[in-house]
Amino acid sequence: MRGNPDAHEMIAPGSLDAVLNLLATEPGKWTPIAGGTELMVAHAAGRLEPSKLVSLWGIPQLRFIATGAESIAIGAGATFRDLRAHEGIADQLPLVTKAASWIGSIANQSRATVGGNLVNGSPAADSSPAFLVYDAEIELVSVRGSRRIPYSAFHTGYKRNAMAEDELLFAVHLPLRFARHRQYLRKVGTRRAMAIAKVALAATAIVEDGVVSDLRLAAASLAAFPTRLYQTEAALLGRRIDAGTIESAREALLAEAKPIDDIRSTAEYRKRVACNLLEEFLRELLSERAAT
Amino acid sequence: MSDCQSTIRFCVNGQNCTVQASPMKRLLDVLREDLHLTGTKEGCGEGECGSCSVRMNGELVNSCLVPVLQAEGADIQTVEGLGAIGALHPLQQAFLDCGGAQCGICTPGMLMAATQLLAINPHPSLGEIREGLAGNLCRCTGFIRIFDSVIAAAASTQNQSSDQAAHAR
Amino acid sequence: MSTSAKTRIVGAPVPRKEGVDKLLGRARYVDDIEREGMCFGATVRSTIPRGIIRSIGYGCGIDWSEFTIVTAADIPGKNHIHIIFADQPCLADGVVNHCDEAIVLLAHPDKHKLREAVSAVEIEYEPLPPVFTIEESERQDVVVWGSDNLIKSFLLEKGDVDSAWAHAAHIVEGVYRTGAQEHLYIENNGMIAEWSDETGVTVWGSLQCPYYVHKSLLAVFDLPEDKVRVIQTETGGAFGGKEDYPSTLAAHAALLAMKSRHPVKMVYDRMEDLAATTKRHPSRTRHRTALDRDGRLLAMDIDLATDGGAYATLSSTVLSRATLHAPGPYVCPNVRVRSHAWATNTVPYGAFRGFGAPQAIFAVERHMDEIAAAIGMDPTELRRRNFLHDGDTTATEQVMREPVILDQLLDRALTESDYHAKRERFAQENPRSAVKRGMGIAAFYHGSGFTGSGERYLNSLAGVDVTPEGKVRVLVASTEFGQGTNTILTQIAAEAIGIDYDDVIMAPPDTGIVPNSGPTVASRTSMVVGRLIERASHQLVAMLRENAGLGEHFTSEEFFSACERYRAAQGEVRSLCRYEAPPNIFWDDQKYRGEAYPAFAWSVQVAQVAVDTVTYSAEVEDFWAVQEVGRVLNPVLASGQIEGGIAQGIGYALYEKVVWQNGRMANNQMTNYIMPTAEDVPPIHVFFEEIPFQYGAFGAKGIGELPHDGPAPAILNAIRDATGIGFHAIPLLPEDLFAELAARVMVAETAAL
Repeated sequence: MRGNPDAHEMIAPGSLDAVLNLLATEPGKWTPIAGGTELMVAHAAGRLEPSKLVSLWGIPQLRFIATGAESIAIGAGATFRDLRAHEGIADQLPLVTKAASWIGSIANQSRATVGGNLVNGSPAADSSPAFLVYDAEIELVSVRGSRRIPYSAFHTGYKRNAMAEDELLFAVHLPLRFARHRQYLRKVGTRRAMAIAKVALAATAIVEDGVVSDLRLAAASLAAFPTRLYQTEAALLGRRIDAGTIESAREALLAEAKPIDDIRSTAEYRKRVACNLLEEFLRELLSERAAT
Repeated sequence: MSDCQSTIRFCVNGQNCTVQASPMKRLLDVLREDLHLTGTKEGCGEGECGSCSVRMNGELVNSCLVPVLQAEGADIQTVEGLGAIGALHPLQQAFLDCGGAQCGICTPGMLMAATQLLAINPHPSLGEIREGLAGNLCRCTGFIRIFDSVIAAAASTQNQSSDQAAHAR
Repeated sequence: MSTSAKTRIVGAPVPRKEGVDKLLGRARYVDDIEREGMCFGATVRSTIPRGIIRSIGYGCGIDWSEFTIVTAADIPGKNHIHIIFADQPCLADGVVNHCDEAIVLLAHPDKHKLREAVSAVEIEYEPLPPVFTIEESERQDVVVWGSDNLIKSFLLEKGDVDSAWAHAAHIVEGVYRTGAQEHLYIENNGMIAEWSDETGVTVWGSLQCPYYVHKSLLAVFDLPEDKVRVIQTETGGAFGGKEDYPSTLAAHAALLAMKSRHPVKMVYDRMEDLAATTKRHPSRTRHRTALDRDGRLLAMDIDLATDGGAYATLSSTVLSRATLHAPGPYVCPNVRVRSHAWATNTVPYGAFRGFGAPQAIFAVERHMDEIAAAIGMDPTELRRRNFLHDGDTTATEQVMREPVILDQLLDRALTESDYHAKRERFAQENPRSAVKRGMGIAAFYHGSGFTGSGERYLNSLAGVDVTPEGKVRVLVASTEFGQGTNTILTQIAAEAIGIDYDDVIMAPPDTGIVPNSGPTVASRTSMVVGRLIERASHQLVAMLRENAGLGEHFTSEEFFSACERYRAAQGEVRSLCRYEAPPNIFWDDQKYRGEAYPAFAWSVQVAQVAVDTVTYSAEVEDFWAVQEVGRVLNPVLASGQIEGGIAQGIGYALYEKVVWQNGRMANNQMTNYIMPTAEDVPPIHVFFEEIPFQYGAFGAKGIGELPHDGPAPAILNAIRDATGIGFHAIPLLPEDLFAELAARVMVAETAAL
């Protein structure tokens, strides 16, 4: 049964400074709400705990996509429709565009924000695997200033992250150094649209003379939060791709993946499909090489 | 517990509205209860079914997930703003002709999603129609006649605009 | 009979009667309606699957004086919702038999106060051991219903099955299972009730069968018939899910209204609707089949069991339809169907489009492909050799008196789908591809109308009248919930009278106004109720010719002038007809023998699937449906019924799984109960072959349920074709495909390395 709107206080200060001041004055007391695609769902189910909400929707300083020579910065308030519509991202960071297109529906994409998706920290977050394999950095701001951390260090546990109570996620910075990389992203849900990822795998790699010289692998729904797959990467880096390498990479991934059984899928299925996705990517690398 | 009601102003179907409401009240409930625009429906309350779809500042949103405070100053279009008796919107006419509505409960949201789609992409492919409507669940039609309806509406607006172009000459 | 006459309105794609209101957002669904002084109701539900209620307490922190509280003790009449048996309480009294069973009702003027209050009601239970599966129930170690858990059983016998095995060239066995399915109408259940000492109970709500609700309220409130009024509001989908449940919800809202002296609205949210309302019966069917050397059926021994849930609701009639559809559209000299509906401690299962037939047809049509594989025959050829034809008898020894054109339907389905060429091509391509494609078919009938003597017992009454404003009104309790009742019945009246479609309207679906034309179920509205409207319309014209000088040929204007002359002279212009069974219909309820249905609709469906061996997901890429449903009254609406039923059937096969945890639906959200979206449905190609049925309205038979019967077996047969693996259970989710496929090395590229 849905929650009582009168049980929650909500304000919309309208500017980033005002929000940061509020978070500094009463740290931990205010929960930011952006497009509401997560918190309003909890509210509908009567599960929304925070009593004080501060709206980030419509704060212009947060909703931007800035293209630089060496990186693209995506403001936390940018929606996934903003991302999908951005030509620079489509051109330079196609996995981000692809991930954005898989988020919920058009109506969800026009409200769901990049910051919300990352701060919510769902293990199944659609944008996370792409950001991880693009070496994203997260910029956090507070009245104390700003700091950057690698996105791979942002999630610290199930729905936990490295932000302090007075901090806000300001932007995601994506370096533009993947033009030469082979790139892969596939999400597996039970249906084609409006799906929650049962497993998703992203990869960026460079193969030189048949040998993997650079590689990032990341996954959703294989652990308590979206993660890089370092051990699996290690099993491939510097190796020539052949049947033996593929088999040992699958084994490494089987060992590294720690998915769960839940009402959406099973751990065994998730592991096995993750391995299949990895193999699909590696075989693409092989066939591209064969073609060139 | 707060009983602080906010005064929120926005524009619905071209009319300026002022409502006193709890800021966390869903836009859906404000439309239905405060403004008596009951054409917008609730199917799931969690942004999955799209029955509550409305357009807000030119974007499609699920009004069940919009706290009304975030609609302050917004320009909102609901199904009531599409057409009228004797003057159906081309999409409404196409849904009527092609059998795009059965039980009708998903129809207002479906029409708003289709309106949004055609606003951005006046002549969508079947694949683009499928994607544009994927957030609007219909349990009656199997979607096939809804696709036909959108295709027919796109064709009729094309004919209309070419008619207008002919007149302009 | 007008079946072969040329028609102006019947058969034409006239627009949906209430279409404009729906498209403008003006149609009024229950949640769109407010009443002066209205309160809101909520339900306190059982949190355990089975137990004794020790106490009900009202916790602190809530000002209970603001609330109206209703328990079983407040019920003035009988505490049961009597569908077929009187076993289901309106409110649990002392014991609970499933999770989410209603125990206490609360009402308050502020709907936002209810959630907290519901969770503050403290119910202490003494748990009893629950039963959750057919197997547990049939073991009868724990008895949870009656003396033996058995809600109903049937035995259908033809010939001598036991002596057939000895002569068989082949004997093939199989076990097939189907899961629960949620209707997932997009409008949740909802009801508004008012009480007055003078007029009694009035309810407005989302429902299929006004007179079912009426009957239930009479019992719960112990009122005479004229003190209960039921009005259907615009209904946002039903699919059988609003056949029996609205009786319970109407009683709940009305109890709160009676006690609070305010109108009370109860509209479920999605989570409550999913957790607490009925679903399709899960089933297990065992087939043992004997065939001769040429693949002709010698004997079919079928054992079919359904899970009925905690109370009987409609389980016995669902089981009956399952039993009668279990042998499929085939001729077989020796048939035995033993069927049982078992009680368990889950939400009661109820009516759902197809009503037992989809479960039975899944089993027999999957089994036909297993037989074909076992005896090395093409699955289409096996079916062709055994199809029913005119003059053959079914398992109940019903003689097929009407034309049966299964061969023609099959031919067309195979041609339109390019079935054989595609199968061959896929067989060549599959070994080299990670995506395996296949083709599958299903052939089936669906009995139109109530089973056996049902229509005779219903004894429906329907008709037309003429308003002073100059409109003909169709008087039926048959309701519109998307399937097209309003349009079809007004088309029939306009055609039969000889006036325009716009001259005919529907009377409000209000038991205070319309007669009992029976429930809106069982694919009976076009054929049975439509026929009553056709007859009543002819009767009206004859009456006006005789008494008001209406000429042989007339315009709309002349017709309505005659109506006014009649009104001035004789009063109300009204024509009602009562059901008359087609001649030579005989049904023996005891022996389960005779004319099971007055007519059958027939279909052959073809599915093309793709199984991705990377993700273990199966998708339907293309779908063909060829059917014979008698005369098609409105081609747009008819195709819409077929397409919608197929989409729901695809969901049943591949997507929709009710996840149970301790007898409770754990995935009771739309995000976790997965129905196909606009991106998941394949193209659906619909073809009709029309053979008018002389006892249906303008030749119509039933159509609404038929399309849901075939997709599941057609799809799983296609998956068998694609992968070589015969799956025996639905829903077949990627996790289930994984369990089988992963065991076999199917990644073809290994060879490429």
